[in-house]
Amino acid sequence: MSGAKAFLAELRQELEDRVLDSFEFRDQFTAVLQPDAIADACEFLRQRDFDLLIALTAADHWPEEPRFEMVYQLYSTHLDVLIGLSVFLDGDEPKIPSIETIYPNANWHEREVFDMFGIDFPGSSDLRRIIMPHDWEGHPLRRDYPLGYEEVQFSFNYDEIDKRKKYAKD
Amino acid sequence: MWPLLTGLACCAIEMMAAQAPDYDMSRFGMELMRASPRQSDLLIVAGRVSRKMAPVLRRLYDQMPEPKWVIAMGDCCSCGGVFNNYAIVPGVDEVMPVDIYIAGCPPRPEGLIHGILTLHDKVMAEKLA
Amino acid sequence: MLEAQMELTVDELKGLVSQRAIDGETMILNMGPQHPSTHGVLRLILELDGETIVNCVPDIGFLHTGIEKNMEAKTYEKALVMTDRMDYLNPLGNNLCYCLAVETLVELDVPPRAQVVRVLLTELTRIASHLVWLGTHALDLAAMSVFLYTWREREILMDIFEMCSGQRMMTSYFRPGGLWRDLPNGFEEAVQQFIDLFPDRIEEYENLLTENPLYIDRTRGIGVISTTEALEIGLTGPNLRATGMPFDLRKTRPYSGYEQFDFEVPTASNGDTYDRYVVRMEEMRQSLRIVQQALVRLPEGPFRSDNRKFVPPPRSELGHSMEAVIHHFKLWTEGFSAPKGAVYVPVESPRGVLGCYLVGDGGPMPMRVHFRTPSFANLQALPMLAKGHLVADLVAIISSLDPILGDVDR
Repeated sequence: MSGAKAFLAELRQELEDRVLDSFEFRDQFTAVLQPDAIADACEFLRQRDFDLLIALTAADHWPEEPRFEMVYQLYSTHLDVLIGLSVFLDGDEPKIPSIETIYPNANWHEREVFDMFGIDFPGSSDLRRIIMPHDWEGHPLRRDYPLGYEEVQFSFNYDEIDKRKKYAKD
Repeated sequence: MWPLLTGLACCAIEMMAAQAPDYDMSRFGMELMRASPRQSDLLIVAGRVSRKMAPVLRRLYDQMPEPKWVIAMGDCCSCGGVFNNYAIVPGVDEVMPVDIYIAGCPPRPEGLIHGILTLHDKVMAEKLA
Repeated sequence: MLEAQMELTVDELKGLVSQRAIDGETMILNMGPQHPSTHGVLRLILELDGETIVNCVPDIGFLHTGIEKNMEAKTYEKALVMTDRMDYLNPLGNNLCYCLAVETLVELDVPPRAQVVRVLLTELTRIASHLVWLGTHALDLAAMSVFLYTWREREILMDIFEMCSGQRMMTSYFRPGGLWRDLPNGFEEAVQQFIDLFPDRIEEYENLLTENPLYIDRTRGIGVISTTEALEIGLTGPNLRATGMPFDLRKTRPYSGYEQFDFEVPTASNGDTYDRYVVRMEEMRQSLRIVQQALVRLPEGPFRSDNRKFVPPPRSELGHSMEAVIHHFKLWTEGFSAPKGAVYVPVESPRGVLGCYLVGDGGPMPMRVHFRTPSFANLQALPMLAKGHLVADLVAIISSLDPILGDVDR
């Protein structure tokens, strides 16, 4: 665990004030970066034996601003150290440089974030929707996107809902 | 009856279990799963149907020769099950007509076998038009 | 209208294939989503030169279930049922990952008995998952009898899970803070019977495949990947270990008391389809060793935490303790609240690193749950592995990666 702390200190030295904050929560270490620092930070940690990008995802803090939080979890298989990087992005036209050249497996993860949150990744080689149909409107995992559930039929309202339910025909 | 060999999710595993030695669906003359829709007359929708999969499934259904039957296996494709959200079609009956619904998440292999036998009874009672 | 949704536009297709395909030199073949050997609803767009694969573009999402979104609308305890249905061959492993994440977030301790039971059942799930893999993998390579044998043994495991939880597959047996209920009578005997029986059965499978020239011809040298490439593309689990790297989170980053168990991490050296088979076979033996040790040391004691803020009181207390009634009411209506903050918990699933990223916002529902699912990450390596092989080999490669489409799409 102390390993992660040392790496964060090094990262802070390297990137100076582009590391906005670093904190510990439940024995896990996270650095908060400026959006333009993500590629440099990944490159820096990659050279220090962080060989596996375990996770790349986002969280939506709507209605707070800055709204989106990009989360990167880098893991070193030799040292057993897990470091989290997080970057806050604005709500309108969120974008962050792609790290595909540093960690090739970021490609699909970035596509997933693009699909689910609508965050743009300039520099990505193949940014298309990956999970939803290609003509889908909206980004489902945003907090302001409705869950889209259907009314449940119980015995008291069965007939009423059944009438407007669209059953398929032959 | 020749079912189409297509599985979507969890229920497909139980469908395979129904084919496997312990439950042995072949006892009822059901062992022949065809991988091509053109050679099958029973579509067992085994698992949740997503919005992206629904048109594919409808196309498979359209490709099957008449007469044909559909079994909705499991809660998800009967009514949406635990997934009541944007991604899942709440019931495959919005995409194609369904003959038999099997409850369970996933249903036990016995449940599937019972569903198929019920379908057999239903087919026996059908009249030629 | 519905049909239009599934087709790619010509421009999109052009971006995916080489110029040779547009000139008509190579052929584009669509494989799936309904195909007997794509293990579910995987769709592949293949560009073929004769029978050789020039380009392979996976198209996923046909089983997208909105699990992450749905979990945000449920309390921490209720969201658990969603995890079972994600990787449906490893339901208990998913439960474990999610429970560990919740327990880390709210700082909840789990009694030793629950920890050992969790390890025991997770390892049994691992065996069950590998059995399904072995059966379907062999089936894809036209060895029907292996399928019949492996499912025979899987039913024994299903009976054990059903005994514990009342469900064969979607058990939801692990809960934040421990287990749903204590182990039933006769559990230990049932597991012991399985332990006595299973080593011979593994021998039986090995007799059918390991030295079978037909099997070796179909798998050796097919879909080779090196350790560096594998790590770059995010390949983990048995697929990574088959390249020679002994990376297993149960060893390097033990959770739920795995450090107390004595087991080895099997590896192989070539990183081809055959080696992935060898590694998984050996993993089943090691899992059985863990199960055996867990059964011997199964401690007595409570099966779930007695922290009433997070774990409901037992039924017997409800009759005479007002406090228990209040806790019960509170937990089953509102649920417990987790502090603001995010945790990331990776565990080793049968397919690789399964990570749960959980964000609490102070309320009773998670603000964001993300699962780093191993199948999603592993499937990304498919184009790399498939390039230059025949279509028939692609079937072997897909099944050797062991993708579960529910796990890929979530």
